[in-house]
Amino acid sequence: MPILNPAAMPEQRGYIPTSEELEGFRAAQKLAYAAAEAVAAELKPGMTEKQAAALQETWLRDHGVNDWLHAPFAWFGDRTAFQGFKVAVQFLPTNRRLEENMPFILDNAPVLNGFTADIGYAGVLGENPILDRILDDLAPQRAMILELIRQGRAMNDVSKAVDKLILMQGFEPRHKAYPFEVLAHQVTRQAPRDKPRRTMPFKFGLDFLSTLGQVALVARKQGWSPLWNSGEGSNHAPVPGLWAVEPHLGFRGVGAKFEELLVITEDDAYWLDDDVPHVKRWKARGLWPVKDVPLLGEPA
Amino acid sequence: MNMSTVNSAGVDLQVFTYGDEKKQPIVLVHGYPDNHSVWEPVAKLLADKYFVITYDVRGAGGSDVPRKQADFRMALLSADLKAVVESCIGERAFHLVGHDWGSIQSWESVTADGPLKQRILSYTTISGPCLDHMGYWLRKRTLNLSASAKAKVFKQALSSWYIGFFHLPVLAPSAWQGGLDKLWPKYLKHREQVEEPEANPTQGKDGKHGVQLYRANFRNKLINPEERHAACPVQLIVPTRDNYVGTQLFEDLHYWVDELYRRDINANHWVPLSHPEKIAAWIEEFVSGVDKGKMSGALQHARVRPERRKLPLYGKTAVITGAGSGIGRATAFKLAEAGADLVCVDINDEAAERTAELSRLLGASAWSRKVDVGSAQAMQRLAKWVEKELGGADIVINNAGIGMAGGVLDTSTQDWDRILKVNLWGVIHGSRLFAQQMVDAHRSGHIINVASAAAFAPNRKLAAYSTSKAAVYMLSECLRGELADQDIGVTAICPGFVATGIASNTVYTGMSDEEQAAKRAKADALYQRRNFSPDEVAEAILKAVLTNPALSLVGAEAWTTRLLSRFAPALSRRVARIDITP
Repeated sequence: MPILNPAAMPEQRGYIPTSEELEGFRAAQKLAYAAAEAVAAELKPGMTEKQAAALQETWLRDHGVNDWLHAPFAWFGDRTAFQGFKVAVQFLPTNRRLEENMPFILDNAPVLNGFTADIGYAGVLGENPILDRILDDLAPQRAMILELIRQGRAMNDVSKAVDKLILMQGFEPRHKAYPFEVLAHQVTRQAPRDKPRRTMPFKFGLDFLSTLGQVALVARKQGWSPLWNSGEGSNHAPVPGLWAVEPHLGFRGVGAKFEELLVITEDDAYWLDDDVPHVKRWKARGLWPVKDVPLLGEPA
Repeated sequence: MNMSTVNSAGVDLQVFTYGDEKKQPIVLVHGYPDNHSVWEPVAKLLADKYFVITYDVRGAGGSDVPRKQADFRMALLSADLKAVVESCIGERAFHLVGHDWGSIQSWESVTADGPLKQRILSYTTISGPCLDHMGYWLRKRTLNLSASAKAKVFKQALSSWYIGFFHLPVLAPSAWQGGLDKLWPKYLKHREQVEEPEANPTQGKDGKHGVQLYRANFRNKLINPEERHAACPVQLIVPTRDNYVGTQLFEDLHYWVDELYRRDINANHWVPLSHPEKIAAWIEEFVSGVDKGKMSGALQHARVRPERRKLPLYGKTAVITGAGSGIGRATAFKLAEAGADLVCVDINDEAAERTAELSRLLGASAWSRKVDVGSAQAMQRLAKWVEKELGGADIVINNAGIGMAGGVLDTSTQDWDRILKVNLWGVIHGSRLFAQQMVDAHRSGHIINVASAAAFAPNRKLAAYSTSKAAVYMLSECLRGELADQDIGVTAICPGFVATGIASNTVYTGMSDEEQAAKRAKADALYQRRNFSPDEVAEAILKAVLTNPALSLVGAEAWTTRLLSRFAPALSRRVARIDITP
């Protein structure tokens, strides 16, 4: 994708990747999940969030990642539900130690050959029935988001439908703790980097922020938002591109989410890859494909 | 009833059976100073469905009296049970019930490793702890330096005075022949509240020889207790006014029994005589639950869950209406976390079941019921179900309600009818039916009615809703006065604008569907902006359950309307003339 120039207003809304580009994104996402799964298998009681985040970083660097959309995150225990999170720095990994039967979330966003991934992986060290329930109930969310986007519903309406389904499920929408209460954000290609990035100020890729900023400027003029939430800013038809979607459900100090890329094209939408850990888990439990996809919200 | 004699290692035991021997067998073991006849009323009630076996233990009734104290050792008493069941039912498995010493000695059969233990399907124990468990109980609390642990030991020692007395030579046995046997029925009647105790012809003998039971077993078991675990499910029935066996003795029992159910009954020690129907019903319910592999709701509720024992509402059952969403659902979760079991009621059965399901994940036993709270019959069915299945409710939260906006004149008769049915009649039914149950069962409890800040705030555009909520508030105050003597608390909860979804379902009277939809969207947005979560009301409800205030105001709106109506009624009336709908 060419670097956007706000001065030269493109006709095209959003971004339509070529099939080669899609392969690049898919490879990056697969690698990101592989990292999360590998680190999840290594987690032991007593480990800290910082250690879990660092392990993801090391694993990904060892597998050819030189750049990041954001530094890897890890949340343990009630921090998986973002309990009491008020300011952004609270998302950063802490010295919270993992215990037996504690839920965790790993989140990493490597840029592989210029292709960005942004994934979330929720699990537990041992057993946690509440977490199991939440993970199960993410399945209808994933099915509903895709179906509503396919129907061409306004993006804020889809986000509201997610809110409504979470309310019916009896959980809390914890992605509302993120800045701008985002359900998803747009992801684009970045200039590939040959050498590893040494430091990562604020744990967030500056390139990403500047790209997002440029996208946002263009988007604003075109009347849409790269930050997808329930607000009026997202009150527009689905915009083509790659969206990192992350519905995050919380219940009594236990939180879980999935995060993966949704591809929206001019007239259709699909998940970049259906071969992801949470879908595999649902298939094994007979929960996927979802039989009665809830279709909430108001038809446009 | 059939009578026969069974020989157990030289001691003849008199055995009595009731009912068809092909049916599932239940063995009832009597205590001290009794004989088999203490079980007669219960045995007759159980005989319809079961083959009931009782016997006079050695030294009592028509059975032989061994001479030596050592002949009353626990292992021999357990061998007697084995001899009795082998003669009556061969190798079949059976259910076991014991009262007092019958319970103490049956613990030996239930917990001592051996073939007999494998054959016991379930055990119902009444007022007779395992002496080994008691030994550990004493040891733990004697070594514990805290004052409360010492107090418990002291309390039990006080009510066990007679055990010391039984160890006195000559005096104890001779008391039974010096007239105590004749006085015993009167003692049972006055001290133990057994209504018509029948004189037992062998009372003197039962009393005199049974003393050996204590002498042969207490000292060594208490000093050298063994680690004794039960393999079968155990139902512990605790008469809470027991003068001899303190309820505190059972607080560690879950350590020895994996599947333990505990039911308290407001009664004295001799419950098989004073409450035979209840005891027979509980035995039957437990035995059939074990046989079927699925326990009734009441037993699920009675299951001892050690991890929840310390919670403030442990053992309580709460009924919550409107539990499918908003304040009701948040309250369900809050009470579940505080230890209560729940009946989640809603007109939307899926939503109610969802609340129940999540409450179960929080460790509560929870059931869901689909009920229209405005229907007298439906509420009656609910109350009956709760009483029958769960033994009644301790906490009732009348929360279900609907919103309605519009003036007195705009609101049609049907709309008036509809809102009063849910908001007022629902609370009337819930309060009356469950309060009556509590009164009848002499159970203390708590009724919480969810009113609203609108109860104090007249407004031209919120006539029906405010009227219904003001009525709920007044009803709660009256009921509180009425039930104060019965130890039943009543609280009115008055929340402000809580984001519950009530705004998106509010009826705007006299408007088209489109107009209503627009109003709802606006109102919902306002509620969202207010960002006052149902959790805060749930927190206030939990606090009310624990402290029983007459009125609980939640949120700034509630305080404002309350204060205005009290101290600035004129201003409140000015506000009433403003249209507050969005």
